[in-house]
Amino acid sequence: MSDEIKEGPPEDLTREQLLGMYRRMRLIRGFENRAKEHFEAGEIAGFLHLSQGQEAVPVGTCTALRQDDYITSTHRGHGDVIAKGCDVKYMFAELYGRTTGYCKGKGGSMHIADFSQGIIGATGIVGGSVPTAPGIALSIKMRGTDQVVACFFGDGATAGGGFHEALNLSSLWQVPIIFVCQNNLYALSHPWEKTAYKCELSYRVSTYNIPAECVDGMDALAVYRAARKAVDRARAGGGPSFIEAKTYRFLGHYVGDPGLYMPPEEREAWRKRDAILKLGRQLRAWGCLTEEEDAQIAADVDAELEGAIAFAQSSPLPPPEDALTDVYVHFDYLGNPLDEGEQR
Amino acid sequence: MLRDERVFLMGEDIADPFGSAYKVTLGLSPEFGTDRVRQTPISELGFVGAGVGAALTGMRPVVELMYIDFSMLAMDQIVNQAAKIRYMSGGQAEVPLVIRTQGGLGRSSAAHHAQSLEAWFVHLPGMLVAMPSTPYDAKGLLKTAIRLNDPVMFIEHKLLYNTEGPVPEEEYTIPFGVADVKREGTDCTVVATSMTVLKALQAAEMLKKEGISVEVVDPRTLFPLDIETIIQSVRKTSRLIVAHESPERGGFAAEVIAQIADKAFGYIDAPIQRVCAPSVPTPFARHLEDFITADETKIADRVRSLVRGEI
Ligand SMILES: Cc1ncc(C[n+]2csc(CCOP(=O)(O)OP(=O)(O)O)c2C)c(N)n1
Ligand SMILES: [Mg+2]
Repeated sequence: MSDEIKEGPPEDLTREQLLGMYRRMRLIRGFENRAKEHFEAGEIAGFLHLSQGQEAVPVGTCTALRQDDYITSTHRGHGDVIAKGCDVKYMFAELYGRTTGYCKGKGGSMHIADFSQGIIGATGIVGGSVPTAPGIALSIKMRGTDQVVACFFGDGATAGGGFHEALNLSSLWQVPIIFVCQNNLYALSHPWEKTAYKCELSYRVSTYNIPAECVDGMDALAVYRAARKAVDRARAGGGPSFIEAKTYRFLGHYVGDPGLYMPPEEREAWRKRDAILKLGRQLRAWGCLTEEEDAQIAADVDAELEGAIAFAQSSPLPPPEDALTDVYVHFDYLGNPLDEGEQR
Repeated sequence: MLRDERVFLMGEDIADPFGSAYKVTLGLSPEFGTDRVRQTPISELGFVGAGVGAALTGMRPVVELMYIDFSMLAMDQIVNQAAKIRYMSGGQAEVPLVIRTQGGLGRSSAAHHAQSLEAWFVHLPGMLVAMPSTPYDAKGLLKTAIRLNDPVMFIEHKLLYNTEGPVPEEEYTIPFGVADVKREGTDCTVVATSMTVLKALQAAEMLKKEGISVEVVDPRTLFPLDIETIIQSVRKTSRLIVAHESPERGGFAAEVIAQIADKAFGYIDAPIQRVCAPSVPTPFARHLEDFITADETKIADRVRSLVRGEI
């Protein structure tokens, strides 16, 4: 019996939850495959950063979260927001720039947010949400709830000054935050080993007195276990935690980047470690998933994505004047006061 | 870089095989080595600051901000250090630093990758600001920027990288503070910057068929600003429109218009107009972005109304 199967499923997850994780990961993969197709067909504009290969990290993390917890995300955020609960229907509508999109066509792929589910938004600025997240955690602490915030970011963001300030303040304030670094070994074309000089990330983080753990990001359940510990600690008032998930981006930085700087052998090796295949093997070995169920999940995911794309394509484009709305709460973009009824 | 060993590049993803987001440094790292084409982690504050430090002590760095939208991360070094240190040191310091970057609309990049922030830097005492609109100007101005001993924001446009134009192989420079009349005309002056120069030229072409003659003035450097050339132009046309992509409120157009109101009021026969983006963040959806863009149709419509006395 291989190690991945020997260890058995986490005791605190039901079969339904495990299957839910598996389905989510497939939904993310499917969403991005379809988004790529329609982007390449010229139907979707802007940038498209895909996270194929990284699905285990957001799904493992968000499985430890509640609906009322928060996440912040990045330019490569489709997986994060689907894992937290975004509906692919409204996501596709956003990619298509429609009124029915999560941001009414104003944000696009890099900026999907759903405040009703604590999805505070993705950002086009690398590291942009890292200093914001401790403020969300501070607000939780000041309001006295037992929510937590998971802050997703890439390895590239660890080189920014905001990252260090965020770690320091979170530690100083002992707020309920889980930093989740999706270390996919590249920041655009820049390799991880040239980001910091011979220094483990967990070591750097631990100097802020934040418990830091490095996990296999190609193992959804390993990510879940680390997240579970961190979330429980945060809810219990134990302050911040840090998870570095070692993972890989199967494709280039964005659609259109061939990724010439990624050695083909390296790409091949990581593809073999695909987290979706791994979880599938585990679930089958543990008797949680039959071949028929597996095929059914694939068919359900396809149907959901098909429906979502049709929904997006048939949704109306926002009227051009919509470009001028949503700038302020109390004023229009020219500074004229808005009536209560006009405030959105 | 061949001419002056002190010149070096620093920024994100600038080395081959990637060669920078818009391929503007492709081929340089094999030629000059990764010491002089120094690829950094995502540390805008760090590497712009390092550029300031190197410039203060005998080097001539050209630092690349992949998008002008990321200048915010380095703002303290740009504003509080690079632009002020000469003044605050009583003229001891020189900061031969070029911050090379790009901005602008047109690729559905949304509000974190499509801003036009030149007005901020024009407002900043101690900073020079260049915005080329043609390949010829880009080469000549960039060479000058590198040779000047003051800090320069060198702002390119993401859509201009795909344009073509004659560029002599041989050495030439274009001085800062010299505008270029990109097209001569008699009925209306359109001052435009960067990508909007091309749109103003298209508008002029459209209007020519209607018998309206438009003069297009490209300041090329926003500071120092060659207001004299603009004054000479409005003296001839007696009408002025300033067009740019960035939001109208507090934009570069306001500065040009204030100077004209101050120095050439008597030459003007019609209300001075701005054709800019409305003051909103850049929307993602293609047609929303088009809606806010100061394009050739909007410029032509405004010129037409102005010349016909409808405004
Ligand atoms: C402040 C800032 N600098 C540079 C960029 C350009 N850029 C976008 S993504 C990226 C790489 C980010 O790497 P990482 O944080 O590891 O995330 P990944 O793309 O691997 O998911 C870069 C350099 C940016 N968007 N924001
Ligand atoms: Mg990365």
